[in-house]
Amino acid sequence: MSTAVEPRGWAKLALHINGWFVYFFFYAPIALLVLFSFSNNRNVGIWGGFTLDWYQEFFNSSNAQGALSNSVKIAVVVTFVSVILGTMSALALERFTFRGKKVFDALLYLPIIIPDVTMAVMLLLFFGEFFELLDMAFGFQLRKGFWSIVISHIAFNISFVSVVVRARLTGMDTDLEEAAVDLYASRWKAFRYVTFPQILPGIAGGALLAMTLSLDDVVITQFVTGPGWTTLPVYVFGLIRKGVTPAINSISVIMLLASMILVVLSLFAERARHSV
Amino acid sequence: MVAAVQLKAISKKFGDVVAVDNVDLIIEDGEFFSMLGPSGCGKTTTLRMIAGLEFPTEGSLSIFGEEVGTLAPNKRSVNTVFQNYALFPHLSVLDNVGFGLKMKGVDKKEIKVRSMEMIELVQLNGYENRKPSQMSGGQQQRVALARALVNQPKVLLLDEPLGALDLKLRQEMQVELKKLQRDVGISFVFVTHDQEEALTMSDRIAVMHEGNLLQVASPEEIYETPANKFVADFIGRTNLLEGTVSDNQTVILSNGTPIRASSNFSPGTKISVSIRPERATITQQTENGDSLSSINGTVETVTYLGNARVYNVQFAWMSLEVREENRTGVELYEPGTPITVSWEHDAVSVVAD
Repeated sequence: MSTAVEPRGWAKLALHINGWFVYFFFYAPIALLVLFSFSNNRNVGIWGGFTLDWYQEFFNSSNAQGALSNSVKIAVVVTFVSVILGTMSALALERFTFRGKKVFDALLYLPIIIPDVTMAVMLLLFFGEFFELLDMAFGFQLRKGFWSIVISHIAFNISFVSVVVRARLTGMDTDLEEAAVDLYASRWKAFRYVTFPQILPGIAGGALLAMTLSLDDVVITQFVTGPGWTTLPVYVFGLIRKGVTPAINSISVIMLLASMILVVLSLFAERARHSV
Repeated sequence: MVAAVQLKAISKKFGDVVAVDNVDLIIEDGEFFSMLGPSGCGKTTTLRMIAGLEFPTEGSLSIFGEEVGTLAPNKRSVNTVFQNYALFPHLSVLDNVGFGLKMKGVDKKEIKVRSMEMIELVQLNGYENRKPSQMSGGQQQRVALARALVNQPKVLLLDEPLGALDLKLRQEMQVELKKLQRDVGISFVFVTHDQEEALTMSDRIAVMHEGNLLQVASPEEIYETPANKFVADFIGRTNLLEGTVSDNQTVILSNGTPIRASSNFSPGTKISVSIRPERATITQQTENGDSLSSINGTVETVTYLGNARVYNVQFAWMSLEVREENRTGVELYEPGTPITVSWEHDAVSVVAD
């Protein structure tokens, strides 16, 4: 490290203050959120002594429980499918050449760039038209619910998984696959015994990321959900409309914890490459 | 006897680029065969076609008489030692070595026994549970060799396997590879851009340039009687002098000096004359120095190499490099000394341009 470029005097002080400001804006709301989840007063912002009642309310509320179980069911299916499709598209883009590859590559990034609301409206229109068409053509009566949410989440998660797995694939020597094939492995066995173990940390990271994104999504889910399929974030959003109580804080803290655990796990999975 | 590998009119094109251009080649069973050339000459592409990692665009390729042109690499009885070893980082040395046998469906116990035998052969006993990343370059090299040889391939392909090693280790491995090849008795096809490496180890060398095979011969033949100017220049150091064939015993150099050089070229052919630095000698200048096999000149620079001195000798119209071994009693010449450079007439070889 060069000492010559280190700031000195007032510049150093200003930078330090700036740094603390950033941390303050990041974490003060979270600290308040956590703090008031333990407050024994219906009004958020007024400290009424320590209590665990709000957490108890969450664990006793069948609505909240139902929303949580919906969220988890959806997240599990979404993760499973998007990991497979995302990994396959990553493999296709990194290992094969095919007509329209560049277009596919660009399109794959679209769901990451596109605003959530746009995506939500698109999907809403899509399901509306699609269901109507099914009804007209085959007489199927479909309604929005579990599968419309799952399909919507998969639609954007493929991109995220694909990006993470691709990063891992790029770092892997193609020599290894050639060596496997040279040592009598079929294409499938080369994937199974060489490529897959090499990209596994990437796949695990992608899976945890997909799960987090699915559990956290509120905008898209709200547009494509149907009766009986309220997810936890959508449920919380609904509660706010009725008036904010620390019950929302307690649910938020639980979701925050779950997300943090998943993100930390995904970081660990990604890091695993260094120890391999 | 059927050839280990036979290439008939093999070409490989990548788009518009011709990597290998109509090559005919026979590699005999049990020989140490090197493919030598600068990078981009097509030697690695040729090796990869034998391995099945590339398929030829045209021509026929057979291994022990069996046509394998477009046969998948996992169906060929050849194995490759890759340039960067390409060891599987997530597997131990033992599992790396046993990989090929496992893919073939060999019994687990047998895999272990044969892998351990091979690990012993490359002197890595005690390392079988290590990961490749915990080993030095030279050790990884041995693992790569063991991993290929354990499958008892009919031909072993080596793609610049010594390139990443430092000089001393490289020289040790050269000797070891040669010994290993004699022990296992199969043909090794060795790709390298290092002419010294090729000369040291090979029974025969193929010199390639821009996708073409320039010469296939023993190291001696390649060095002493190069097929053309490129081969003469690429293999070892040499002095190349342009000239024209006068008759089958004489060449007229481009400045009009006649020198003695036997060749089969018809009179009038533009050729080059190659004189190896170590085949010429320097003596004190004499009156009648200029002759058909000596020229008077002046020492320009002297480079001390430890085991030898290289003199750069200046003439009115060109310069020559002369190498004198550092033997006891050898005479030293300072820069600026007038001297005579002379050579035996068999030191001169005439090469096509």
